[in-house]
Amino acid sequence: MRYLKFPIYILVFLMAIISACRKDPQPLPSEITKVEPEPTSGIKGFYLVNEGNMNMNKASLDYMDLVNGIYTRNLYNQVNPEVTKGLGDVGNDIGRYGSKLYVVVNISNKVEVLNIKTGKKIGQINITNCRYITFNNGKAYVSAYLGKVGDPKAPNGIVAEIDTTALRVSRTIEVGRQPEEMAIIGTKLYVANSGGYSPPDYEHTVSVIDLPSFTEIKRIEVAINLSRVKADRYGDLYVTSRGDYYTIPAKLFVIDTQTDQIKKVFNIAASNLVIDDDYAYIYSTEWNYIEGRNRITYNMINTKDETVMDRKFISDGTEKDIKIPYGIAVNPASKDVYVTDAKDYVSPGKLHCYSPEGRLKWSVTTGDIPAHITFTN
Amino acid sequence: MTSKHSAYVGTMQFFLYSSILWTGFLLPLNARAQTDSSKKATQLKEVQIIEYRLTEQSKSPTPVQILSAEDLKRINSLSVADAIRYLSGVQLKDYGGIGGMKTVNVRSLGTNHTAVFLDGIQISNAQNGQVDLGKFSLNNLEEISLYSGQKPELLVPAKSYSAASSIYLKTKDPDFEKKQNQKIELGLKSGSFGLINPALVYQYKINEKLKASINTEYIHADGRYKFRYTNGVFDTTAVRNNGDVERFRLQAALFGKFRNGKWHAQAYSFLSDRGLPGAIVANRFDFTQRIWDRDFFVQGSAEKSFSNKFTIMVNGKYAYIYQRYLDPDYVTTAGFLDNRFKEQEAYLSIAAKYKINAVWEAAYASDYTFQTLDANIYRFPYPNRNTFLNVLSSSITFEQLNIQANLLSTTVVDRVKLYSSSGNKQVFSPTVMLSWKVLKGKDIRIRAFYKDIFRMPTFNDLYYTFIGNTQLNPEYTKQYDIGVTYFKSFKNQKIKFIDIQSDVYYNRVKDKIVAQPGANLYRWIMYNIGLVDIRGLELNAKTAFEPLNDFMLNIGINYTYQQAVDVTSKLEETYKDQIPYIPENSGSFLARLDYHSWHANYGFIYTGFRYNQKANNIYNYMEPWYTHDAAIGYEFKLKKVSVNINGEVNNLLNQYYDIIPNFPMPGRNYRLTLTYKL
Repeated sequence: MRYLKFPIYILVFLMAIISACRKDPQPLPSEITKVEPEPTSGIKGFYLVNEGNMNMNKASLDYMDLVNGIYTRNLYNQVNPEVTKGLGDVGNDIGRYGSKLYVVVNISNKVEVLNIKTGKKIGQINITNCRYITFNNGKAYVSAYLGKVGDPKAPNGIVAEIDTTALRVSRTIEVGRQPEEMAIIGTKLYVANSGGYSPPDYEHTVSVIDLPSFTEIKRIEVAINLSRVKADRYGDLYVTSRGDYYTIPAKLFVIDTQTDQIKKVFNIAASNLVIDDDYAYIYSTEWNYIEGRNRITYNMINTKDETVMDRKFISDGTEKDIKIPYGIAVNPASKDVYVTDAKDYVSPGKLHCYSPEGRLKWSVTTGDIPAHITFTN
Repeated sequence: MTSKHSAYVGTMQFFLYSSILWTGFLLPLNARAQTDSSKKATQLKEVQIIEYRLTEQSKSPTPVQILSAEDLKRINSLSVADAIRYLSGVQLKDYGGIGGMKTVNVRSLGTNHTAVFLDGIQISNAQNGQVDLGKFSLNNLEEISLYSGQKPELLVPAKSYSAASSIYLKTKDPDFEKKQNQKIELGLKSGSFGLINPALVYQYKINEKLKASINTEYIHADGRYKFRYTNGVFDTTAVRNNGDVERFRLQAALFGKFRNGKWHAQAYSFLSDRGLPGAIVANRFDFTQRIWDRDFFVQGSAEKSFSNKFTIMVNGKYAYIYQRYLDPDYVTTAGFLDNRFKEQEAYLSIAAKYKINAVWEAAYASDYTFQTLDANIYRFPYPNRNTFLNVLSSSITFEQLNIQANLLSTTVVDRVKLYSSSGNKQVFSPTVMLSWKVLKGKDIRIRAFYKDIFRMPTFNDLYYTFIGNTQLNPEYTKQYDIGVTYFKSFKNQKIKFIDIQSDVYYNRVKDKIVAQPGANLYRWIMYNIGLVDIRGLELNAKTAFEPLNDFMLNIGINYTYQQAVDVTSKLEETYKDQIPYIPENSGSFLARLDYHSWHANYGFIYTGFRYNQKANNIYNYMEPWYTHDAAIGYEFKLKKVSVNINGEVNNLLNQYYDIIPNFPMPGRNYRLTLTYKL
């Protein structure tokens, strides 16, 4: 009979296991990191959207209060705990217009509209496979990969015009396949078409849209697989081509919008760039087959005379600590440069701040895949 | 389409419920038809079979866990994947629902390190190296066994030596009573998710030396179930969509005997059409992606002894695997994304065993596999792979000690039609294991094994457009295990037997193949960079007792502790963090109750908290989950027909949980099974 003790041990064991129970569900908390405050900062702060890995629903919003030196990680879930499943899957862009903050969430097919001061949700615009956002004259323009869902003969993308007061799509216009970034010069919107869904049949044009009539007036031939478009203050567009990742290299083009012609080509594989005053700040991540790894470079271009500068925006050697540069912004007041590191995409990333001289000022831990930054004023 | 299906489902349900009603009426009349003594005899036989298996388990130098036909019939399971959750050291990756992919990760080594064998021959997938266990039905299976390390047998194909852990599925050998020459088993399952699952097993004795069996099954399910997500403030319940499944399986086998030998051959075909339910993320709950599978294979095995010292075994297989993936959300210039993959495999193995003397045996096995993959994707290199496995093994058996060792040589030659191949690889891998009965009179054994093995990068790892990296090396694992086993059976006592097995282990995964980012989120590249240290403890205990006459209780318990940490780089903040999806604590509990013609069982599975990404932080934290499953059944005879009715409730407490984040698992669900045997 002593063996009958055995099931009793089993029961005790079971009780122990059941006691390791589930907690009451709670909104995901914020985390705060302190950095050196800048009480005199002309810019109060900035929002940073972390993309989060696909299918993980981990897009998140962080806020940097520059004046008080407080970095708040994962602000959205604290301010908006009532939103089902939060910000969503793959935050792809962020923008500010007036008193509103717009976050484009790609896989979640939505543009979230938040109060710029509090981060509180004001509204939402549903756009399937939305990518980037830009603003002009009371309107927001969002590029989206698919115009028509469920039609095998409709591979083209669209740009949707959103009324920033009504928060509704007012007009849409068909552009090329898988449109990416946009830029506005005068009354014209320029959209980079990628065609990334149909390799090797990439798109190779920038669509030009006349905003008042909201029609596509022409396409400018550039190169295959276009991605970024940035306008400088001289009426030029900086457009990046990602190449085909094999034999056609990635390049950076300058287009004169007076003539709609390419006026300069840089053999730089610009993954991303930001233009502030007369400088373009560029980083490149390029897969190198011979070395079997990514080659990462940082460059600056003077947009006035369109030349590559000797100056580096990271000059103290700390760029070697960045695994995958993934986002960049320049503080328009202090000229500090912010660079994000997405690391291996499945770990929390980093945000680094460099002084105008290129020295690392501070670093903070962000959400997963920190990518897009917008300043609050 | 939908209305046609529901009409069909309705008919099936009518059939099912009317048959239950019918059997219900007949029940009181026939309950006595089966005498208590005959029932008692089957129960005793059952205990003997269990005891035999347990003895084998406790003697094995490598840890083995077995689920017998009786277990499989009794535990609430629809597929091999469901059943295997009850084993220790196993983490099931389950995307939820009937059609959702289900793979296992044994002892944290990674899914690709587990080989699955059907009747001794490996089911492989050269494309991604993973076998979806949700595709394999429990119908007509005699047993499932899981070996950590390898199966400690000498006369097996070389492939049996080539994986870090192995799952063996064994189909039922037709067995007939005297004068009987055919057997029919009809089954029908129905329940939640709109499940209709009729199955048929037909066994026929052609002559004394040749038996045949045909086994077919159809599954239809709409795959709809409720799921719930909440953070305490929002609380959303929705219905899973696009989880519909339609499957058809047909299997035919021959079992033959000849002088000093036996042979076995079978043909298998599997057709499947299903929706692919995606990740439930904010603002996106509906999906349209679909997958079609067409799997077909023929395989055979023959074994002959040429003397009482020398035996030869030959195995062969041809397989054709086709998969189509359609994504209407992804519109290319040629229409919807519509990928088709065709994989073919030819396999031949010869093994020979020689008994040198009373204690010493040696064996040699040589396998050749040829695999090719075609796909209609951009820049696809059309790879093929030749794998040569050669293994020399030996075993020494004394009264109290058994030692086995082997050396495996693997030669892999990859060829591509276009672009570049990963070239050739040659690796030698040793294994040593022992089982030692410490004291003569006591049934306590100590066992230990060391195994050094690797997995080859899959075709996807090497050649998939934009992702593949042809410079990849194999991913190596080293396993060290030491354990103790105890087995004792009792005659004429209330307690029937006690079986305890416990192992501690240390594993190391080197050059782990990990996807790393390229220039953007849509472009990942495979690298050999991971280094993982795994320390674990497993405890399995089983017992059976009969506290009252005719009241038999079987109990099994499993517990696993695992510390699987990422030691890739000290510079990373995730250094020494637990790797994703591996809980520190997990376990299961199974109880089976038999009383006359009634049977009931209860299963409990617990998986502790774990993280879904590398960093062990609050944002990656996943709650523990635990499910209670229960079933009750009644078996009786109607003249020559034996009828079994079984009702199941799964996830009794309706706990909503995810195994893979954003792929919700079903809450409480039901199944009813009706089986006729004649």
